[in-house]
Amino acid sequence: MLFPLKKRQRSGEMFHWGEFALESFIRVAGGSAIFLVVLIFLFLLREGIPVLWEVDFSNLLNIRWYPTFDLFGILPLLYGSLIVTAGAIILSVPLGVATATYMREIAPSWVREILKPLIEVIAGIPSVVLGFLGMVVVAPLVQRWLGLPTGLTAFTGSLMLAYMALPTIISIAEDAIDAVPKSYRDGALALGATHWQTIYRVVLPAARSGILTAVLLGLGRAIGETMAVMMVTGNAARMPHEWAALFRPVRTMTATIAAEMGEVAEGSVHYHMLFAVGVILFLITFAINTVASTFALQRETRRGGRLMH
Amino acid sequence: MSPHTSQRIAFGILTLAAIIVVLPLLLVVGYIVWQGVGAISWKFLTAMPRNGMREGGILPAVVGTVLLTFGTAIASIPLAIGAAIYLAEYAGDNWFTRLIRLSIINLAGIPSVTYGLFGLGLFVLFLNMGTSIIAGSLTLGLMTLPVVISAAEEAILAVPQSFRVVSVSLGGTKWQTIRGVVLPQALPGILTGVILGLERAAGETAPILFTVAAFYLPRLPRSPLDQTMALPYHLYVISTQVPGMPLRIQYGTALVLLVFVLSMNLAATLVRRRARRRRRW
Repeated sequence: MLFPLKKRQRSGEMFHWGEFALESFIRVAGGSAIFLVVLIFLFLLREGIPVLWEVDFSNLLNIRWYPTFDLFGILPLLYGSLIVTAGAIILSVPLGVATATYMREIAPSWVREILKPLIEVIAGIPSVVLGFLGMVVVAPLVQRWLGLPTGLTAFTGSLMLAYMALPTIISIAEDAIDAVPKSYRDGALALGATHWQTIYRVVLPAARSGILTAVLLGLGRAIGETMAVMMVTGNAARMPHEWAALFRPVRTMTATIAAEMGEVAEGSVHYHMLFAVGVILFLITFAINTVASTFALQRETRRGGRLMH
Repeated sequence: MSPHTSQRIAFGILTLAAIIVVLPLLLVVGYIVWQGVGAISWKFLTAMPRNGMREGGILPAVVGTVLLTFGTAIASIPLAIGAAIYLAEYAGDNWFTRLIRLSIINLAGIPSVTYGLFGLGLFVLFLNMGTSIIAGSLTLGLMTLPVVISAAEEAILAVPQSFRVVSVSLGGTKWQTIRGVVLPQALPGILTGVILGLERAAGETAPILFTVAAFYLPRLPRSPLDQTMALPYHLYVISTQVPGMPLRIQYGTALVLLVFVLSMNLAATLVRRRARRRRRW
């Protein structure tokens, strides 16, 4: 191997340049995430901001979304996203945290070895497949069991979303529970607490900021989900009049963009309006994720230092 | 109630929760296989759709999804691995790094339909690519980026510090250490992340709605600037937009998509398992 070494020495200058180029690329790539978030936001804004002078405020903040008649009230869409997401979170958070607790604290290791990849598979099911099954299987069941005029309701959407948010909630809650120092558990058990008392008095409270992160990221995932929701919620942009609204058709922001973008002309008011809805979605998820990451950072500092392996 | 009784009840509930989580998955997969397997035939996979998609096969959708998956890989892998190397090996503990991490979390959180809007605005219209495979690949690539970055960074960080110390003490430069020691060791982990990221991209519908997807195009794409059908969008179309669609074809399409995506998942699991067994540290 002497020869290649010699060769490298002779062309040392060249080699150095190649290294420099690669390291430069790596530095640029490192910063690219910041650039991309800003780029995406500015681009959405560029296409969405014209609604501010194209559409009256009284129209924007109204309860009617009928683009064909130039009615662009976003309240029913906000309401649709809100109710479907709220339903999903109420269903998925207890289930997700309970499953994470089971996997980390109770399950024998062979059960965990089976559960973990299965939960990864849930995250891998395409949302359009879940939406399809929701439409042909779940919606008819919801309709029959609850005696509704249609099974395509906000509740059906919540069911699908809850399932899709579960993998996120479970895996992050699991990490949070895992991060609780063993000494906490030992202390509680040594004081005579049962395993369950240790879990719900010591471990879960100690993991609460991580669990909150899990809930927030699950929330972000749910509010941005599109296909499954569009296929099962009935897509009626209407405001609620009663509590039973959860069991009526609704239309979310995401479904509105997906359903209508294909039919609008570039540069029309409707086109700008859909981008404006995109801006609202971006801002909501941005806020949720930023808060979630702050919690995550707090957790790291409390444990003293970076999450290094 | 004695503490032990309440413990038994609580553990019972937690176990039940895990069962409630896993059971629908088995039902979903089982039901789609049961209903869809009858539609699967060599002809279904290799023929063009006919009669408004109500007959014939789904070949263009399968080919489209394969092409989009490759396109996504080309668009996302170099940048994602570069960013991961930066974060794991170069980044200091400062505000810039924190800003990058915040950006990655936010990129991962942007709704897929918002990526679709952005892809439409930037690639399709502003850069004049039209609805094309290349515009869709770039959009999907962008969406995949944060997944791959996080997985690759974790894999790189998992390589023990002593490996780096040895390489540098033998006279290796920083880049030689990364290229010759760290990356080969981290490769299985990076590969797992890449496959899982591509799996997500392959199953996505919302980002390709306005950037690639052709409603009904019974021929194979001819260039990267061509439109194409794709499996997820095709399933959406035939289950919501085409009246009188035979349920059998819908389930068959769902099954093909599910098998496509889950086999990527299986590949990722196998790579990970193999690497874990062979690891000597």
